[in-house]
Amino acid sequence: MASLARARTALPRTRKIAPFVRTLQTAADSTQLHQDASHSEPFSVKLHEDSFRGYKTDAPSLDLEVTKDGLLKMYKQMALMRRMEQAADSLYRQKLIRGFCHLTIGQEAISVGMEQALTRQDNIISSYRTHPFAVLRGGTVVSLLGELLGRQCGISKGKGGSMHVFTESFQGGHGIVGAQVPLGAGLAFAAKYQEKPVATYTMYGDGASNQGQVFEAFNMAKLWNLPCVFVCENNKYGMGTSAERSSSNTEYYTRGDKIPGIQANGMDILAVVKAVQHTKDWVVSGNGPILLEFVTYRYGGHSMSDPGTTYRTREEVQRMRSTQDPIRGLQRYLEEWGLASEEELKRFDKDAKAQVDQAVEEAKASPLPEDNELWTDIYNKGSEPSYIRGREREEGHHF
Amino acid sequence: MNLYQAVRDALSNAMMRDDTAVVFGEDVAFGGVFRCTMGLAEEFGRERVFNTPLSEQGIAGFGIGLASMGHTAIAEIQFADYIFPAFDQIVNEAAKFRYRSGGQFNAGSLTIRCPSMAVGHGGHYHSQSPEGFFLAAAGIKVVIPRSPIQAKGLLLASIRDPNPVIFMEPKILYRSAVEQVPVDDYQLPIGRAETLVSGSDVTLLSWGTPIYHCETAMHMLNSPPETLARHVPESLRSAKVELVDLRTILPWDVDAIVESVTRTGRLVIVHEAGRTGGVGAEISAEVQKRCFLKLDAPVKLVTGWDTPVPLAFEKFYTPDALRVLDALVETLSY
Ligand SMILES: Cc1ncc(C[n+]2csc(CCOP(=O)(O)OP(=O)(O)O)c2C)c(N)n1
Ligand SMILES: [Mg+2]
Repeated sequence: MASLARARTALPRTRKIAPFVRTLQTAADSTQLHQDASHSEPFSVKLHEDSFRGYKTDAPSLDLEVTKDGLLKMYKQMALMRRMEQAADSLYRQKLIRGFCHLTIGQEAISVGMEQALTRQDNIISSYRTHPFAVLRGGTVVSLLGELLGRQCGISKGKGGSMHVFTESFQGGHGIVGAQVPLGAGLAFAAKYQEKPVATYTMYGDGASNQGQVFEAFNMAKLWNLPCVFVCENNKYGMGTSAERSSSNTEYYTRGDKIPGIQANGMDILAVVKAVQHTKDWVVSGNGPILLEFVTYRYGGHSMSDPGTTYRTREEVQRMRSTQDPIRGLQRYLEEWGLASEEELKRFDKDAKAQVDQAVEEAKASPLPEDNELWTDIYNKGSEPSYIRGREREEGHHF
Repeated sequence: MNLYQAVRDALSNAMMRDDTAVVFGEDVAFGGVFRCTMGLAEEFGRERVFNTPLSEQGIAGFGIGLASMGHTAIAEIQFADYIFPAFDQIVNEAAKFRYRSGGQFNAGSLTIRCPSMAVGHGGHYHSQSPEGFFLAAAGIKVVIPRSPIQAKGLLLASIRDPNPVIFMEPKILYRSAVEQVPVDDYQLPIGRAETLVSGSDVTLLSWGTPIYHCETAMHMLNSPPETLARHVPESLRSAKVELVDLRTILPWDVDAIVESVTRTGRLVIVHEAGRTGGVGAEISAEVQKRCFLKLDAPVKLVTGWDTPVPLAFEKFYTPDALRVLDALVETLSY
């Protein structure tokens, strides 16, 4: 093995990108106005020409129609999500949140942009880095923070914790890496069977992309032509392992064999919106599955127990924060296109902070789950075994 | 040395003696989540200590293939909770390789390490004790150490055992258990329980973390704190409890346990996993059969509940000293 392994390390580690391939644009603010921005009517903008790349399919067009209201809404949502995650961060540091906690700071454009482009009838299923989806798709900041704190007001009654959050239109919240991907194929099959014109967005990370079941799900989806968009959130790392070290092919959008794919700038929220509109159209028009890779970045550590600086440099993190931040990107659009002043945006930030501060207090005031919740939700109510055994006879629970 | 350092020391010893030994798993080249492989890549080179992609089934299968070519394969599954994606490889490939090839091939030089058991706030996917799931996988061994000295000696023995071994490390002990661990290469026997305290009135059997709760419970029994005194009859306070660490879960040391229970006439088994289908159930069935006429009380199990390991109720789920004390009192006064 030693000699074999040596041969392996002699192979070039970083693949050289062939000169004719253009690299994806990952700036958060490279979209241009097409016409004057209107305060009341929809207007069109042009995305940067390198916002997308296509595999076995054309890249989406660069034209996108937006509205002032839509842009402001996304700004407010991103600001709120970031505040909420920052609050989770500090609650964790105060040891009020226990367990494992993964934050989305840096990746807000994806959840908010997807929410903007989809309806509540569409499905989204993802991993454990999913707090925003739960709030944006039917939950509240209180219910999310309450879940992290393990309180009754939590979105899973305080029984799940950070990795286990669900709403009717967000199918969770899955902590076993890759496990949700075949589930996504199942969700898509159900939608197709019921002839619903909806898309299922099945999400996973660059690390998760190497789980065998991801490929099993791809095959089923293509075999049965399922309306499923497989979304790889490529934030460049799976815990401490960079994409280059975990994946022989880091062009995640090309990993579907016969399934076409699109790579999109996940830092420019407008590119996210466009990519989601495009892929939703694709699957609901009966074209079968499609892969969608968002190139993004997580600012913090993998989870709260990872400082996030042992496997990447502080400079790298700092550079991403200062040059590609999705919230600052949208802020620039709003200001430069004359849709909102700096003061207005500051006020939105303040509102977000106030809303989160209040939610923290509300969630903290919620009681811990009742003891008997330990026994519920294991089996279907009414069809459970008559008795679930505890450690001692007296500790068991009779239904 | 604490337990994670003892594990690291064992790995270093193993790699020093054996050029074919390689260590791999998710993030192990950076030291791993629990620091058990810290500095190994620097010491032995990245070709012998390397990160794998995030694919447990692949890690186990790859390790089996490597082992079958005569290499010493030491894999890490980041948490015992993530051993389930690798379950098929372990149960159907590793365990049966020797048998189904009529002895031509085997994965005997494979060792899979994984952090196991509760931490107090790990919840559904970070606090499970899956050892019981492997009981029926004839062909593999399952070992769980209780302390740094044990961890080092048992891990070296597991690595060198000619059968595939799953080595589960109680993760809460990684930092909290500290001992003077010999830096030399040494091994402790697999398949053998260890009597930690001799006694004649009841056998108290456990492994991993709950051993420490058992120890506390024994102190409580002998000299109960005031608040508990009325629950502990005077007559039981001088009872001699025999504390046994099972150490190897598969194959478990039937002879030692039967010998002990034959002497004491009573058995209390403590483990963190839920009771149904657990290791305790297996042991009690065997002990009732072999010691039927010697038993003065039914075998008593103190275990987790038959629920998922609940994040919100984790402390309530795992057996603690009080539960063990209660079980001792009940068994002794049966
Ligand atoms: C089956 C399984 N193996 C390992 C883990 C531990 N783990 C949790 S997240 C993670 C990294 C995942 O990286 P990626 O898919 O890129 O997602 P990201 O965290 O970057 O969002 C690992 C190894 C797990 N939860 N499940
Ligand atoms: Mg990642």
